[in-house]
Amino acid sequence: MGMGGAGALPRRRLSTAGGKGQGRVVPGFRLSLGITLFYAAIIICLPLATLILVGARLGPADYWAVVSSPRALASYRVTLGAAALATMFNTVYGFALAWVLVRYEFPGRRVLDAIVDLPFALPTAVAGVALTAIFAKNGWFGEPLGALGIKVAYTPIGIALAMAFTSLPFIVRTLQPVMEELDGEIEEAARTLGAGTVTIFFRVVLPILVPALLAGVSLAFARCLGEFGAVIFIAGNQPYSTEITALLAFIRIEEYDYPAAAAIATVMLGTAFVLLVVTNAVQALARRHELAP
Amino acid sequence: MSQASPPPTGAAGRGWSRPVVIGIVLLVTALVIGAPVAAVFVQALSQGVGYALDSLAQPDTRAAIWLSITVAIVVVPINTVFGIAAAWAIAKFRFPGRKLLLAIVELPFSVSPIVAGISYLFVYGGQGLFGPFLEAHDLKIMFALPGIILATTFVTAPFVARELIPLMQLQGNGDEEVAATLGAHGWQTFFRVTLPNIRWGLLYGVVLCNARVLGEFGAVSIVSGNIRGETNTLPLHVELLYHDYNAAGAFAAALVLTLVALLTLFVKTILERVTGSAGALHGS
Repeated sequence: MGMGGAGALPRRRLSTAGGKGQGRVVPGFRLSLGITLFYAAIIICLPLATLILVGARLGPADYWAVVSSPRALASYRVTLGAAALATMFNTVYGFALAWVLVRYEFPGRRVLDAIVDLPFALPTAVAGVALTAIFAKNGWFGEPLGALGIKVAYTPIGIALAMAFTSLPFIVRTLQPVMEELDGEIEEAARTLGAGTVTIFFRVVLPILVPALLAGVSLAFARCLGEFGAVIFIAGNQPYSTEITALLAFIRIEEYDYPAAAAIATVMLGTAFVLLVVTNAVQALARRHELAP
Repeated sequence: MSQASPPPTGAAGRGWSRPVVIGIVLLVTALVIGAPVAAVFVQALSQGVGYALDSLAQPDTRAAIWLSITVAIVVVPINTVFGIAAAWAIAKFRFPGRKLLLAIVELPFSVSPIVAGISYLFVYGGQGLFGPFLEAHDLKIMFALPGIILATTFVTAPFVARELIPLMQLQGNGDEEVAATLGAHGWQTFFRVTLPNIRWGLLYGVVLCNARVLGEFGAVSIVSGNIRGETNTLPLHVELLYHDYNAAGAFAAALVLTLVALLTLFVKTILERVTGSAGALHGS
């Protein structure tokens, strides 16, 4: 695979040198670009642009009143807090999971590798009802945890749990390919030079993986902020304490308060854009790191 | 790549740490991912297999299953054609705005399904951009099948493209250039040269897209109108039964969706074995 990538590089340079249009040998440029642009305009850009327009029509004073209302602020706090908790958990667990998959050979490794994608493939509503059943008062985990005085379902911890479930694959799948390229030689060299295991991990391994880890973390965090299906079953959905922002927007729609829904949705969209820019910047950094000798 | 050489013994690869790390990861995975799936099976079959099958045969549940299948039959081909076209344009050519186009294609991954649903409501809803026009022509898009299809199309748009773009970039343009030099025309090149090269990645993208189409919840819950037996997709029906305190019925419907998800993972594992490379399918 590494060889294939190296072989593709000069070819890519050649087609860049070809410039726009002229000298293209590969057919189908106009057709494929035409379909893509048409679809992107109608399916992706038109609705989002309309949302921004509706939000903008509100006027600054009304807009601010909606997005800074106490209930909205509480929902940001709940969403951001739970997303941060979920992402912290997944950073540690996802890192360990990717490490185990890449570094160790053991029975069931392939099954474990397949299972990592389950949160992608399983409908979020199914994850929501299943997690709620487990962590409810009389559930498998809810009962023993309740005896210890820990409540998960219908609390912010439950929200974080649902978010952690749906966003786990982002961190594992972003780390895995970079870990595969880390072949252990550098670590052996460091060991030969007298470094201990802890030193090697924090000063040799981790710095190489940090860009990929950050990219995975920002993807996972963005996913947590937008999650709806898995969360609403386990959240309790009490305004000011266990109501996420996505649910607040949903409730405003149910109440036919469309301007308020638009305002809250634009806040969510804006946050997603910011995170997207951050993710892309981190990934660009990661790519530069990869190319460095 | 990873199969060929034995895993290197790195920093954490020796002594006691190895079985401990593996053990902890397996335990956490069993608790976090395994337990919810097991719970779906247990809850769905808690009243017996017969009861689960009976609740799936209820008219409302049957209608929900058919609606979800109908949506998949429309959306998956649309997003497959789009995914191939987008990957072809973005991976095989260089043009101004290419990076921006790539970002737009992947945008639905970053947007909350709720935001997607609300956006579509503002375009096609009664008070929306096209609302007056649609009403004048007696066309109903929101709270009906077309709205569900549109919102689902948005949410699952990037899946096929995302699998194909890294794959096509890795393979380069060499084969297509040779085909063109030998006199093949466009469609011949596509069907006889490119398609065989990308078929496994394409199939995985399609399978994953299908799973997400069947499972979409947030966007659809905004645009569907939740009319029982009419505009309720299967995930929405799970919620409805759940809130009706019909847990066994809700989990029976959830079990159907879980089986689709497990089948998706199974197909993926098979495809990875066929291609012999996990990296080609992860495509990040």
